Amino acid sequence: MSLLAYVLRLADGNLVLAQRLGEWVGHAPALEEDLGLANIALDHLGRARYLLDYAGRLEGRGRDEDALAFQRSEAEFSNYRMAEQPNGDFAHTIVRQVLMDALHLELFERLQHGSDACLAGIAAKAVKESRYHFRYSAGWLMRLGNGTPESRRRTECALGAMWPLTREFFDADHVDEDMHRAGIAPALAVVQAAWSERIGAALAQAKLPVPAAPIYSWYGKRGEHSEHLGRLLTELQSMYRAHDGTSW
Amino acid sequence: MTARAWRILAGVMDPEMPMLSVLDLGMVRSVLRVGEGVRVNLSPTYSGCAAARVIRRDVECALRAAGYEPVEVVETLSPPWSSDWITARGRRRLSDHGIAPPPRHGADPVACPRCASVRTEMIAEFGSTPCKALYRCSDCREPFDRFKCL
Repeated sequence: MSLLAYVLRLADGNLVLAQRLGEWVGHAPALEEDLGLANIALDHLGRARYLLDYAGRLEGRGRDEDALAFQRSEAEFSNYRMAEQPNGDFAHTIVRQVLMDALHLELFERLQHGSDACLAGIAAKAVKESRYHFRYSAGWLMRLGNGTPESRRRTECALGAMWPLTREFFDADHVDEDMHRAGIAPALAVVQAAWSERIGAALAQAKLPVPAAPIYSWYGKRGEHSEHLGRLLTELQSMYRAHDGTSW
Repeated sequence: MTARAWRILAGVMDPEMPMLSVLDLGMVRSVLRVGEGVRVNLSPTYSGCAAARVIRRDVECALRAAGYEPVEVVETLSPPWSSDWITARGRRRLSDHGIAPPPRHGADPVACPRCASVRTEMIAEFGSTPCKALYRCSDCREPFDRFKCL
């Protein structure tokens, strides 16, 4: 069912990103960034919880947010591949974040006016937070791009790694088309145009070139993941799986 | 009919900022009597608020302790909570406790909660909790938290 698949894509992306950002706690380059990344992670986790809760109700098999987060295996996760990429250095994390923040911002801006009341409600909350997140990540992109030769080198390297993973954001499949036809989600072409403009402006401010359009795509949203997701899920799920049936 | 329940809710405090009640925060949308019980409709603040679950539980406990049964607490996401919903009393309590209240959607100058100077600057967009940013006063030189506009 397309709505369930769509909600899970959004939920999983936020859950995986929250987990990745959480890995920075205690390790960020400065205290303010430790707080910033942790706060952004909490927002992603909060959305993931609302979305997983909705997905569980749509599925109708009695699975709640915990069951969905902790008991599914890699192939059942539908986050974008970008979300599961390792944090790498700060530049990699910031580039990953800015590309996804711009996507979430443009998507939620339009989802909040869509015909699914629950998604619209979640999107109306999330879009306000995404504005803060984008300000943070785009601000850092600008500093890193315009900083030292080292920060610039690392940011260009990060862009090279992350840019090819943006293609699946906008390659519409039958789930995206069903959601658009039902008036729930915007047309991906519209989101792409807005995203490209926003990211183009951010890169220009950072004095970074826009990378070439990716010629190949990987589809995390269809459960085709890199080797990184398995390790991430092992860490995320091990506690819950070790105490099967326990409630917190 | 529900006045007593509202009075009880005025005593349910935010666990992180215990000078603010859920009413001060503008989180309570409605209170309905349902037979011998009550249904409370809450608006969660930030998606990432770690206190949200605790607040819901505290609301349930406070009402049960007062004899209401059953107690149902529901969360409504739409329309989304806005910092504009913080009451005037809530804003004063924030200020009195050293946290600059959020601007109403417009450009309120940020006044230092200690010395009231408006010569203040933001240090970091993210502070000790997802709802706060970190500022510093250029006059008394003290840092302070500011509740963010949402």
